[in-house]
Amino acid sequence: MSGRMELVCPAGTPATLRAAVLAGADAVYCGFRDETNARNFPGLNFSSQEMAEGIRFAHGNGSKVLVAINTFARAENTDLWRKAADTAAACGADAVIAADIAVLDHMANSHPRTRLHLSVQAAAATPEAISFYAQAFGVRRVVLPRVLSVQEIAVLNRAIDVETEAFVFGGLCVMMEGRCHLSSYATGKSPNLNGVCSSPEAVSYVEDAEGTTARLAGFTIDRFGAGEPAGYPTLCKGRFTAGDKTGYLFEDPVSLNAGSMIVALKSAGVTALKIEGRQRGKGYVTEVVRAFRRAVDAAESGGDPVEIDGILAGLSEGGRQTTGAYRKTWR
Amino acid sequence: MASLKLTLGPLFFHWPADQLATFYNRVADEAPVDRVHVGEVVCGKRMPFSDPAWPDIIERLERGGKEVVLSTLAAPATVRERRAVEEWCADGRLVEINDITALPARSSRPFVTGPFVNVYNAATASFLVRHGARTICPPVELPLATIGAIAAGCAEAEFELFTFGRLPLALSGRCYHARLHGLHKDSCQFTCEQDPDGLAVDTLDGQSFLAINGVQTLSAQVQAVVLDPAELAAHNVLRLRLSPHGCDMVEVARTYRELVERRVEPNEARFLLSCLDLPGPMVDGYVRGEPGSQPPVPA
Repeated sequence: MSGRMELVCPAGTPATLRAAVLAGADAVYCGFRDETNARNFPGLNFSSQEMAEGIRFAHGNGSKVLVAINTFARAENTDLWRKAADTAAACGADAVIAADIAVLDHMANSHPRTRLHLSVQAAAATPEAISFYAQAFGVRRVVLPRVLSVQEIAVLNRAIDVETEAFVFGGLCVMMEGRCHLSSYATGKSPNLNGVCSSPEAVSYVEDAEGTTARLAGFTIDRFGAGEPAGYPTLCKGRFTAGDKTGYLFEDPVSLNAGSMIVALKSAGVTALKIEGRQRGKGYVTEVVRAFRRAVDAAESGGDPVEIDGILAGLSEGGRQTTGAYRKTWR
Repeated sequence: MASLKLTLGPLFFHWPADQLATFYNRVADEAPVDRVHVGEVVCGKRMPFSDPAWPDIIERLERGGKEVVLSTLAAPATVRERRAVEEWCADGRLVEINDITALPARSSRPFVTGPFVNVYNAATASFLVRHGARTICPPVELPLATIGAIAAGCAEAEFELFTFGRLPLALSGRCYHARLHGLHKDSCQFTCEQDPDGLAVDTLDGQSFLAINGVQTLSAQVQAVVLDPAELAAHNVLRLRLSPHGCDMVEVARTYRELVERRVEPNEARFLLSCLDLPGPMVDGYVRGEPGSQPPVPA
């Protein structure tokens, strides 16, 4: 794929949007303050006025804004999703990121001039699925499920004629997004319907002499020794027992850092690199976006992958990092 | 009021071919269900084992008067898996699609959408109906009220409720049986075959919680929706899906048949189910809009 790779950065608030733009984001993605987006946390996200202002600011500084309306419209209240789509288009969003067929269909019919990106929540991982969304709704870009290796992405890109966007940094779902009901099974709140996973109001920490037990809606997700920092009990990153083994059965508490894969992802035909973390503050976003800006620019000018890795090595979410499925270790 | 129809959903687990034959032969002869799904939906690597068994099973089921539906993979990835989906979609029988990958190959011919296809509203259901959907089994996390709202806005489709069995909660690109046994997915040694109902996952307190089945995660508890047929009909649910497990599925089907034909009361049906060797305690929270892990509230 020719052309420069686009760096797509998260913004949970107007302040982080400005920070991401000033740190060098080519595009910023954000959502409205309701259940229509997959990061529906208290204190996060945009009113329609803030969205319009954020888009004006980004455009004034040469960046794009992609509006995530990427949960599934609940049958009793589909108007909320329709209004979010209409507002995003009216605000001049450069693209809407959607997963639900109803939202995609509404965008294609009512706002055919607004670009459509297929959210990772749609879990479209095959040429057949991606081409279907492209033909049915005019989807121009697909955000790739985090289950594909770089080799698989290269093969996929040769078989489709829409752009691809790949996650390179931040939180990592080990389950296929948009197809996971673990959170609603325990808490009643789900990523698909409510835009939340392992929701904060269901979390409790119980202390005793041995340490801290982190629970989610009454289910013990992990236990930490006295003095050990207690992590957030995200369901799929907890410790459980199966057979005669106890441990992180689904995924270790790691985050994604595919900084070392930037050159490989470019060779695989990826158009855009995405940083996860709309729940993050502006200091974090500034630091990560700046580092990735330098790394992507270095990759674009034929820089040495080892050097690029060095630029990003200092970044950490405070825990262990992984290249996820990209290196094929899951196989 | 026409009585609700019963469907035996696709088997999620890796059973040896002879066990498949024994199970489905008994279903053909004894289980009072109208429709039976066959085919592998969880893991394409299992298909070389089960594929040779299906033609005889299908013939036996059809001779037993069952309507057979061919279920397709929920997460096809490899060229071989995608081709398998396409081949099954070319069949003249009804096909269940469990991933959008199958849609282009099946478009404009009748199909069922399984709970792995995200139908959360009537607009999505109607879109799929225009492409050939006839029966829609919505995602398991939807409350009965929401299914009713979808059905009210999409009268052309028949709605099916995931009624009995461990709940299919998640799919991954990673195989948890392989990971647990320190193996890679590509050389997994099919350890999932050791767990015919999935392998129970407990919390550190020993509380039963989930179950792993290769790339799939299920609930440890067993969904057992036992409602008055009138309440289901009021929400336009026309079919109940029973998901196969190692317990006596013929008895499960008989119990639900008696329930939908009003020969037993819900509380009695729940008691009859509890007498079977279920892989976990019963839950039904999702249908009430509560966490899926909530136990039933006795009437």
